[in-house]
Amino acid sequence: MSVRALILLCAALFAGTAHAATTALPKDPLHSGQWPTMARLFLGEQVVFDQRVRLLAPPEAEDSMNFPVLVDASQLAAEAGPIEEIVVFADYNPIPLVLKFQPGRAAPRLGFRLKLQQGTPIRAGARTADGVWHVGHIEVDAAGGGCTVPSLAHGNADWSSRLGEISGGLFEREQGARLRFRVMHPMDTGLADGIPVFRIEHIELSDADGALARIEPYEPVSENPLFSLDLPSSSAISLAGRDNNANRFSAEIHP
Amino acid sequence: MSRLFTALLGALFSAAAAADFDYRLEAQQIAPGVYVVEGDTEHFTFENGGNIVNIGFIVSDDGVLVIDTGPSRLYGEQLRALIEQTTDQPIVRVINSHHHPDHFFGNQAFADLPIAALPETIAAMQAEAGGFADNLYRIVGNAMFGTEVIMPTQTLAPGEISLGQRRIELLALSGHTAADLVVLDHSSGVLFASDMVYYQRAATTPHADPAQWLQSLDRLEGLQFDILVPGHGPVSDAAAIAQTRDYLQWLTAHLAAAAARGADMAELVFSPLPERFADLGAMPAEYMRSVAHLYPRYEERHLPEPAVANVQ
Repeated sequence: MSVRALILLCAALFAGTAHAATTALPKDPLHSGQWPTMARLFLGEQVVFDQRVRLLAPPEAEDSMNFPVLVDASQLAAEAGPIEEIVVFADYNPIPLVLKFQPGRAAPRLGFRLKLQQGTPIRAGARTADGVWHVGHIEVDAAGGGCTVPSLAHGNADWSSRLGEISGGLFEREQGARLRFRVMHPMDTGLADGIPVFRIEHIELSDADGALARIEPYEPVSENPLFSLDLPSSSAISLAGRDNNANRFSAEIHP
Repeated sequence: MSRLFTALLGALFSAAAAADFDYRLEAQQIAPGVYVVEGDTEHFTFENGGNIVNIGFIVSDDGVLVIDTGPSRLYGEQLRALIEQTTDQPIVRVINSHHHPDHFFGNQAFADLPIAALPETIAAMQAEAGGFADNLYRIVGNAMFGTEVIMPTQTLAPGEISLGQRRIELLALSGHTAADLVVLDHSSGVLFASDMVYYQRAATTPHADPAQWLQSLDRLEGLQFDILVPGHGPVSDAAAIAQTRDYLQWLTAHLAAAAARGADMAELVFSPLPERFADLGAMPAEYMRSVAHLYPRYEERHLPEPAVANVQ
């Protein structure tokens, strides 16, 4: 066992003890000064770091307007029971809260893209039925590569005519299906001069059996958000959502 | 006062350190009068000062043609000194093969000479040089000291140009970027393939159109040459074209298949690379970058408009 692993193990044991005694927040292995604030804002009383909440993402942001992340709490769900909610946040983003996801009958796994302002930890907290938040994280370098070009905001004059347009597809898997869908929406953060916050507030997914899952994207989610979810079957899916200007949009996606 | 002093000291120190940055450039003669200054096969780093690129120069009895100028002012100055040590012939013309910063940020050292590029290249430089400069300063740091963007002063057209007794042909291709200039010296059989061709180093794709690129490779393969100088990687021959094609074909097929099965972009980042590509320079970082550049075009094809949609 390496020294580092030993230290981590000791830290984990110590954190575990502290947790039992005082429900103190576990010490952040990424040493982010924001961690206590993030945990207080977005999580609850009971927080543990848990590697069964996996985040799949590149180590560096090539396009800081579209940084891909896949959060996967399926191993945790298999071992600790259903996940009620997943909250994703990026400590050093000017708006840290990225999204909330209630997987419902979908797998506790969600792919999406977000905007990054600088290098930051990205974390996902998954809440099990006992109220405990299981937190997984990665650290991302947003310095970019040699030919990284600052992305141009979509200068399309016709963006408003396509607002709320949904496109997507169902991809059959061995069990169930992968759903991918995109909603045309600027997802304005309110941080650019003269452009107020304009974002999708929630998207509900349902099938013939009723409600399936719910996504609440916040400002950091990329423009024209594209989501990947894993569903129990490949039957037709209804999507319905609204934004903070009360625009409503809906679509049905058939296999 | 002490703060000012510290700031001054810092400024002096960094200026001295930058002025000291020695790229250790060497001119390698690959044919009579034809030289290559070879760069590392890695990514830009603080240590390599951005020297990841191959620069060429061709000496005639009527002056020297320089192909690309490197990633920084210091590189450009050291390149010019190297050329002047290597030959008594004066530099008569400088060419920028395309608009990526490692190929033209050394222009400053040649500002008193005619610098030429394809018109689409000049337009792309104007649009993107500022972002490139920010990025290179951030990654490379000190060696970039004092680098300013100097634009080409002449536009090029494809065709033959005269350089003393030499027969030199310029080809305007595209695919790596919107305009990629390739230089063929018929007299020596040397092809300066620019970033159309990478060898033992992964291709970069931030402005790539892979289909176009593959077509351009077909055209390159039809040319008569003996020695090929890739934009990045060791001097080679037609084998370098085959390697670049092989990689682009694998990459595009891999991304298309992933999009067809509904893979999320994040799921592709750690895809195992075929063995023949895994050890190329700048891997796997360059593959990861290509996923970000190219995957959106493939997934687009598998996101059809739904049968029923409603916006209120």
